[in-house]
Amino acid sequence: MEKRATFSNLWLAAALVAPQLLLVFVFFYWPSGEALYWAVTLEPPFGGSNQWVGWMNFETVFADPKYWNSVRVSVIFALLTTALSLAIAVLLALFVDRRLAGHQIYKFTYFIPYALAAPAVGLAFRFIFAPDAGFVSAINRVFPNLWNPALDGTDALALIIMAQAWNMAGYNFVFFLAALQSIPRTLVEAGAMDGAGVLRRMRDIQLPLITPTLFFLVIINITDSFVNSFGIVDITTNGGPARATDLMVYKIYSDGFQGKDYSLAAAQSIVLMVLVVSLTFLQFRFIERRVHYS
Amino acid sequence: MTRVSFLATAAAVALSAGTAGAAERIKFEYWYGLTGDLGEVMAKHCQLFNESQDKYEAVCTGQGGYDKAEQNTIAAYRAKQHPTIVQIYDAGTVNFMLSGAIYPAKKFAEDYGLQVDWDGYFPGIKNYYATAGGEMWSFPYNSSTAVFYWNKDAWSKIGKSEAPKTWAEFGEDLKALKAAGVECGFAFDFDTWQNLEQFSATNNLPIASLDNGYGGLGAELVFNTTAFVDHMKDYKAWLDAGYAKIQTAQVGKNMVQAFADKSCASMITSIANHGTVKNTQAADLNWGVAMLPVIDAAARKNSLVGGASLWVMEGKSKEEYEAAAAFLKYVTASDTGEKFMVSNTGYIPVTTAGFEFLKAEGFYADPKYAGREIAIQSLTASEVGPLSRGIRLGNFTSIRAQLRSELEAAFTGQKEMQVAIDDAVKAGNDILRRYEQTYKGAALP
Repeated sequence: MEKRATFSNLWLAAALVAPQLLLVFVFFYWPSGEALYWAVTLEPPFGGSNQWVGWMNFETVFADPKYWNSVRVSVIFALLTTALSLAIAVLLALFVDRRLAGHQIYKFTYFIPYALAAPAVGLAFRFIFAPDAGFVSAINRVFPNLWNPALDGTDALALIIMAQAWNMAGYNFVFFLAALQSIPRTLVEAGAMDGAGVLRRMRDIQLPLITPTLFFLVIINITDSFVNSFGIVDITTNGGPARATDLMVYKIYSDGFQGKDYSLAAAQSIVLMVLVVSLTFLQFRFIERRVHYS
Repeated sequence: MTRVSFLATAAAVALSAGTAGAAERIKFEYWYGLTGDLGEVMAKHCQLFNESQDKYEAVCTGQGGYDKAEQNTIAAYRAKQHPTIVQIYDAGTVNFMLSGAIYPAKKFAEDYGLQVDWDGYFPGIKNYYATAGGEMWSFPYNSSTAVFYWNKDAWSKIGKSEAPKTWAEFGEDLKALKAAGVECGFAFDFDTWQNLEQFSATNNLPIASLDNGYGGLGAELVFNTTAFVDHMKDYKAWLDAGYAKIQTAQVGKNMVQAFADKSCASMITSIANHGTVKNTQAADLNWGVAMLPVIDAAARKNSLVGGASLWVMEGKSKEEYEAAAAFLKYVTASDTGEKFMVSNTGYIPVTTAGFEFLKAEGFYADPKYAGREIAIQSLTASEVGPLSRGIRLGNFTSIRAQLRSELEAAFTGQKEMQVAIDDAVKAGNDILRRYEQTYKGAALP
């Protein structure tokens, strides 16, 4: 006897799955196929006769030190934004979870940043952190030239890291809070009765129990920083100064749309896609096993 | 962005539907890249055309920037949804010439009975948009050139009543200004248009081989071997000595803002900003414009035109082209076209006839516009030579971006100036070779 629930009517099954498959095909496989085709040809901006060039576009990409610079910047950006926004979010969540006075208001306000589109975040940070005119210019009056993202690459990178981390913190906060609230109260209360203080309970009971959420958020944050950071970079730094914030996704945009070199951009986006897919695969395959679920 | 342009289209359609009334008007699409105040002037120009007659209707859509206008037109052309006329900036000229997607201006004018005096354009403007053989492929529209903006009160502190004529003199002035207590004598940014392109043209220096690319797609960049390198070293020295400041939007204030609020005493930018400075200046700012300083005042060449021209695209119906011809006639005529643009923006007339027309009306005597004739002087400072004709390099926007990044590296002390500019040339040449290969077999018209 068949134990699993199956459709005896295959046509019905196919019809039910079809809309989803169609969406995936139109919005993922088709564009990806097109990008792959452009990546192995030279595509003139206005279309027309593209010529087969094999691996040449990929060779050009990998031989370019500016490309490796963008990889380096992207990795630093991914690691630091993820660490920063998760750390902030978990702290906020732990304290809101303690149900101190006004925690409902905090819960609401902490989530708001995620509702903002990346370009809006970028614009806000650009104004706040403008070295001459922003709020931060007060620091520059005390310590001249301490902060200048327009000229100092490290400052610029710090600026977009803060913007992205701030943007994602609200999202992470909601997940952490949900995870914390799903921990049985009895565990925390038992810890309290055994004499564990607040910090001790957080470290030894609550944090270990939310590691599955942590793992999920790490992947989401890294992926998001690879593909979704365009708006912030475009508004605040334009990839500068001197390519200090030239993330991979921004380089694809500037080579493809500003430079009109569609083939070079297509080759880079294929590389980025392979990278994101394999990163996700690696994490699920090897790291997930070590995470303690129970 | 897509949503914005869709809304803009919807709004434009709704607006025009409201004013048109008659259903039998022949419509055609016009896309433009001007934004902000200038975008509003453009929209107004369209509206005036639509009100001036009842046969045709221009459906005008702003694309949110020159680069977006080019990108969107390319995307639309690939989907066969392109407009009949599009406004494309100077740097996009080569892409459009090689696109196979356009209806060359001269041929269009002949086919649709548009009377154009091709020799009436200022030579500096005509040559920029013409083929190597001298045939115009687009209609010059909003045009500008770079000029030197200076604060007269600051210069009077060092006992001078005239703007510096040479770069050497300017260097001396900056030193004196600093000594006289002027905090920032000169604001600059990393835009290559004034710093490389206008500098090279006015001093008769090459940017690339084969006459800056007019001779073919095989051109190689050479600006790392010219006086441009020393010029940038001077900028760096001025920056380090505290004579000059970098002013970009990222710093908080761009050059125009820094000049208009009196925090910097001079800058080099487009004459198109003349109106902006006038409208936003500190009340007591006493300023003027002058031609760019040059290395040798006796050997000054004409500066290059900037701005945009109007391109007619292929694959439209005869009726749409007739409508487009009427529109082009209206927006390029001396009275309904040039005068409208020039008096509502900082742009300059593009034909001698237009310039004379405005002069006869006393336009340049009006204190509001006085000084703008300097731009015409600068554009016509000499016969157009092979190096002051223009720049015809593939993917030139990318080359600009490369140089910009390298200049950022050099001005922040990460690289030697010569090394940075060498690197920009090398990267730029790679771009040119890829472009040549992409258009293998095609020749520049």
